[in-house]
Amino acid sequence: MIRVEGVPGLYAKRFAELETQCSDDGSCWLGPLRQQAMQSFEAQGFPTTRLEEWRYFDLGPLRKTELHHVHDRERVNLRRETLAGYHVHCLPGALLVFVDGYFEPVLSATRSLPAGVEVRDLATAIRMQPDLLGEHLGRYAQVERNAFVALNTAMLYDGAFVHVPRGVVVDSPIHLMFVSTGTRGPTVSHPRTIVVAEEGAELTLIEDYVSTTDDVYFTNPVIEIALAPNARLEHYKLERDSKKAFHVAGMAVHQERDSRFASTSISFGGHLVRNDVSCMLDGEGAECTLNGLNVIGEHQLVDDHTRIVHAKPHCTSEELYKSILDGFAEGVFNGAIVVAKDAQKTSSQQTNRNLVLSRHALMNTKPQLEIYADDVKCSHGATVGELDEDASFYLRTRGIDADTARRILTYAFANDVLGRIVIEPLRKTVESELFAFIPVGLDTKQPC
Amino acid sequence: MATPLLQVHNLNVEAGGNRILTGIDLEIAPGEVHAIMGPNGSGKSTLAHVLAGREGYDITAGEVLYEGRNLLELEPEERARGGVFLAFQYPVEIPGVNNTYFLKAAVNAVRKHRGETELDAMDFLALVKEKMKLLEMDDSLLNRPVNEGFSGGEKKRNEILQMALLDPRLAVLDETDSGLDIDALRIVARGVDSMRGAERSFLVVTHYQRLLDYIVPDHVHVLANGRIVKSGGKELALELEEKGYSWIDDEVVKEAR
Repeated sequence: MIRVEGVPGLYAKRFAELETQCSDDGSCWLGPLRQQAMQSFEAQGFPTTRLEEWRYFDLGPLRKTELHHVHDRERVNLRRETLAGYHVHCLPGALLVFVDGYFEPVLSATRSLPAGVEVRDLATAIRMQPDLLGEHLGRYAQVERNAFVALNTAMLYDGAFVHVPRGVVVDSPIHLMFVSTGTRGPTVSHPRTIVVAEEGAELTLIEDYVSTTDDVYFTNPVIEIALAPNARLEHYKLERDSKKAFHVAGMAVHQERDSRFASTSISFGGHLVRNDVSCMLDGEGAECTLNGLNVIGEHQLVDDHTRIVHAKPHCTSEELYKSILDGFAEGVFNGAIVVAKDAQKTSSQQTNRNLVLSRHALMNTKPQLEIYADDVKCSHGATVGELDEDASFYLRTRGIDADTARRILTYAFANDVLGRIVIEPLRKTVESELFAFIPVGLDTKQPC
Repeated sequence: MATPLLQVHNLNVEAGGNRILTGIDLEIAPGEVHAIMGPNGSGKSTLAHVLAGREGYDITAGEVLYEGRNLLELEPEERARGGVFLAFQYPVEIPGVNNTYFLKAAVNAVRKHRGETELDAMDFLALVKEKMKLLEMDDSLLNRPVNEGFSGGEKKRNEILQMALLDPRLAVLDETDSGLDIDALRIVARGVDSMRGAERSFLVVTHYQRLLDYIVPDHVHVLANGRIVKSGGKELALELEEKGYSWIDDEVVKEAR
């Protein structure tokens, strides 16, 4: 038996508090789910690097950091002006803001949503919609597979709930902003997001993690997404945490037939960042696209683990992950593709490209294909390289100095992932974050 | 005779321990067009790249003066800003960098160095479109990544476009004619020809005489085994065309004896 490292007492304490207050907040029906998750978390403990899945992700620093949960009564009142600089400029659509894990209605706006579309905080949904929520909550993100999904589920309290009814198209993106303030010291939050798109529904969702502190905190989000037949979700995740933050996230997507899911995940921030993504293609004709761009330096580490399961025939998946690593940064990409025995005519393509700018930076990349069907088209490729010397020389012979040439080529490397960000205001925001890393003198400040 | 724009004295170059150029002497006066011809592997492209500042070559002896200054101690971008331009034999594809952005960055880097005001987007576009018209280039090439997916002819025209925009004093054309069909060649040559003037000099490196029908040189040098084995007027190019390069080998052998 694997010896479990001790689970820090703060989680047991928080778990007990949630149990006690459940009759006040109407979450007692979650009791069994939380209990099962807590047991699973206690059994698994924090993963150690002895586990293959966590080989490059040393949780030592997280284990050593003393954290606590922000209590209801000590919520931080974040001023609107404070947040202004973090908004995605010119972005239309609904906005839900969460501060240190709690929904903040004053900073949020859910106007102009089509009839029947629900975009609200999870705490309210737990109280008001146990039936609908009960059908999805905890069904896709499996606690026994991942200790941090278990932890999030055991600590389940608030987050976002998005429900788009059959055939409804939401034109403007739904923006979920998770802010960590550090005002109450090193805190931990476990936001949970549930997205349900009924048959033929279409929406765009942005998960955005920001901080108003440069200090340490721990965010442990989990998002579960259920796409009914022919539903379509364009998903973005923008992770711009503090450079000292811990961010250990899970995303589980369940796709029925002909549904389409496209996700682009961008990471700039965080000290230790982990993204566990799992997509279950559980109906014929489903399509899943996962894009990723990590731009990190110093001692940052971003670890992307993706797992796409082709459970049914005629499904398509495509992955493009890129990392730019400077300083002492470390990147991990582990892309698992599982093709079930009956999933004939599967088409799957995986690409991982990495640009290493410093000789101290490091990239670990591993494709992991498990194919049990015989009539499939699966390809994968990974590269780790430096900037192209020929291209740099070419730019310099045109009068562009060496440093600018380096920046232009770094930007160029990121450009194809940026090009997949369909929402213009979001792409501009990501570009300006990128230019903070590699200024190239392009003006991105434009009127809406 | 005017002070030479470029003076190459006894230039010896090695790469990876192999001797590539041996004792090159060359002087180019303002307004002159010099052609360097020679068989494959003679060192023509090395000379072009050494002038532009590519790393990876050891200059074991000799000097290169440009406008009387030591060219070899300058970074590639300093040479470019100072008016040295290299049109590449194989223009580099740069995926992810928009051609307009690239051209504008280059033009403004050079203008800034010359103390001229940088061009804004509107002025730049007007300038670039005017130059493109001369080269019969499609506007759509502006919105594509630098050289990516360009045909051979489009790439070479893009080189000449850059030359026209950067307005150099010394333009080194490295086998700009290679791989071009006759129509593309004519367009490229016309672009080059339109830039000839009393203050601008050209060093045209080519394998074929054909280009020199359109860009008529003042001097022709024959490079073989890393040395200039023969120099002459434009008629030398015709002689080469007629006899091929084999007679040079004979002369080199004779000389060695």
